[in-house]
Amino acid sequence: MTDLNTLGLAEARDALRAGSTTSKELTAACLKAIEGAGALNAFVHHTPEIAMEQAAAADALIAEGDAPAMCGLPIGIKDLFCTKGVPSQAGSRILEGFLPEYESTVSGNLLGNGAVMLGKLNMDEFAMGSSNETSVYGNAINPWKVDERQLTPGGSSGGSAAAVAADLCLAATGTDTGGSIRQPAAFTGTVGIKPTYGRCSRWGVVAFASSLDQAGPMTKSVRDAAIMLETMCGYDPKDSTSADLAVPNFEALMTGDIRGKKIGLPKEYRMDGMHAEIDKLWADGADMLRDAGAEIVNISLPHTKYALPAYYVIAPAEASSNLARYDGVRYGHRATLDAGDGITEMYEKTRAEGFGPEVQRRVMIGTYVLSAGFYDAYYNRARRVRTLIKKDFEDVFAAGVDAILTPATPSSAFGLGEMTDVDPVQMYLNDVFTVTVNMAGLPGISVPVGLDSKGLPMGLQLIGRPWEEGDLLSSAYALEKAAGFVAKPTKWW
Amino acid sequence: MSIDTSTAARVAKLARIKVEDDALPALAAEFNNILGFIEQLNEVDVDGVEPMTSVTPQRLKRRVDVVSDGSQQQAVLKNSPDAREGFFAVPKVME
Repeated sequence: MTDLNTLGLAEARDALRAGSTTSKELTAACLKAIEGAGALNAFVHHTPEIAMEQAAAADALIAEGDAPAMCGLPIGIKDLFCTKGVPSQAGSRILEGFLPEYESTVSGNLLGNGAVMLGKLNMDEFAMGSSNETSVYGNAINPWKVDERQLTPGGSSGGSAAAVAADLCLAATGTDTGGSIRQPAAFTGTVGIKPTYGRCSRWGVVAFASSLDQAGPMTKSVRDAAIMLETMCGYDPKDSTSADLAVPNFEALMTGDIRGKKIGLPKEYRMDGMHAEIDKLWADGADMLRDAGAEIVNISLPHTKYALPAYYVIAPAEASSNLARYDGVRYGHRATLDAGDGITEMYEKTRAEGFGPEVQRRVMIGTYVLSAGFYDAYYNRARRVRTLIKKDFEDVFAAGVDAILTPATPSSAFGLGEMTDVDPVQMYLNDVFTVTVNMAGLPGISVPVGLDSKGLPMGLQLIGRPWEEGDLLSSAYALEKAAGFVAKPTKWW
Repeated sequence: MSIDTSTAARVAKLARIKVEDDALPALAAEFNNILGFIEQLNEVDVDGVEPMTSVTPQRLKRRVDVVSDGSQQQAVLKNSPDAREGFFAVPKVME
């Protein structure tokens, strides 16, 4: 029999329902895999006792019959989600020792439906990064390895992506502010979906940029993403931007029948310096969808080029405001003060010690663009450009386009440390294909489609209409079936 | 727009992040690099375009103006680095 930790959510759910395995067995298999995968540094807080208790409770519920879909399925939770009584540090030193007194709505939805929490997953500090190299826990490592180099699993949900790709869990939660689910999914040969802004409650998820942040699942298949997303979603009065809309049965909508659908290829996504293999992958993906019966059309999203610079105004601005709460008073780290230090010194020293360099940089950029005299020139201008970016998408959807196919990333996974000496803007370019989707609040999914000449996974992104994740998952399922991506990393850890 | 070290120091102060004097030139250079990237936005014609306030067209929900939560002093103070006698303790704020 295959090792239980290598199963996906759907297979494990079906096995549980058929009585051919138990949640305790699944959970024990994952815990054993985690124990042997310290080298990946994916799980940073381990909760084996909680997991085995939850597994026992899930088994009891399954035995009674009629258990919910996620019941008994062991998953990992990104460190950004507050989990009651379990460290939740957002990968930052400033939240060292923080034990939430409450459960985030999304993790609560999962655990309340019987999911088993194996532990917390590594991530870039406050979700600010594209390589998981800004984490206080150190780098998470990509299980994919083709030479002596250690590769990044991407970021910010790098631990989630590494854990799913290495079969340490059946699936994991991620969050995505500019590409933090979809880029790591592409780098690790896994599936990641960011739903429409407002689908998942942000309550209890440590805030980075509130108008862009969305949670989503990171899984081994499109079907698994549909199953897990449905449980994560739902209206929550505790998040004022949460959508009061019924959550459809995404799995049922996922037919994979895309005959007659119009799929757009935006010409602005063909960028200078894009890797030839990514370009070919994109063309291959379009052929696959055409062969499955879709109509492929060329489209234009004219403001694409400005999405990234606008993002690097809006996201830091919101971050500077959100991260003002880390003041050394209510939770987390407080600096040791010298005699005579007052409250301002306490704030300044606490935040200098508690925040890493990338977080400090973004908080200060945000402070600058919001400061008197620059608010209009930077922040308001960026918000106007954001309106235009959203309108680009509205126009193509109004013209009958059902989904948009793009590359997920400009390259496959790069080596850890390779970007250390380049300027921060070069690292930001990792999000060039994904950030538009956050700016427009749309659902986007990354699907593994092929391997490059080095043997590393590459993904394509599909972007859907707002609130039509079911339709988007259906297109993604068609792409997944046509691509037939089954490669797994060879175990070296 | 070019940021000098005194502007960098002012931004650090506003952000309440202690930056040593010898780190300010490098910080100013980083700011200039990032702001240079952002300057591209000046190419866009935004005349008559409304700044986005909500990415999904929705009204904020109203609720009845009543107390819906509370009496959680212990839970609120639980994670404080310095809580005393039911309060958050901080260094002296006023002389």
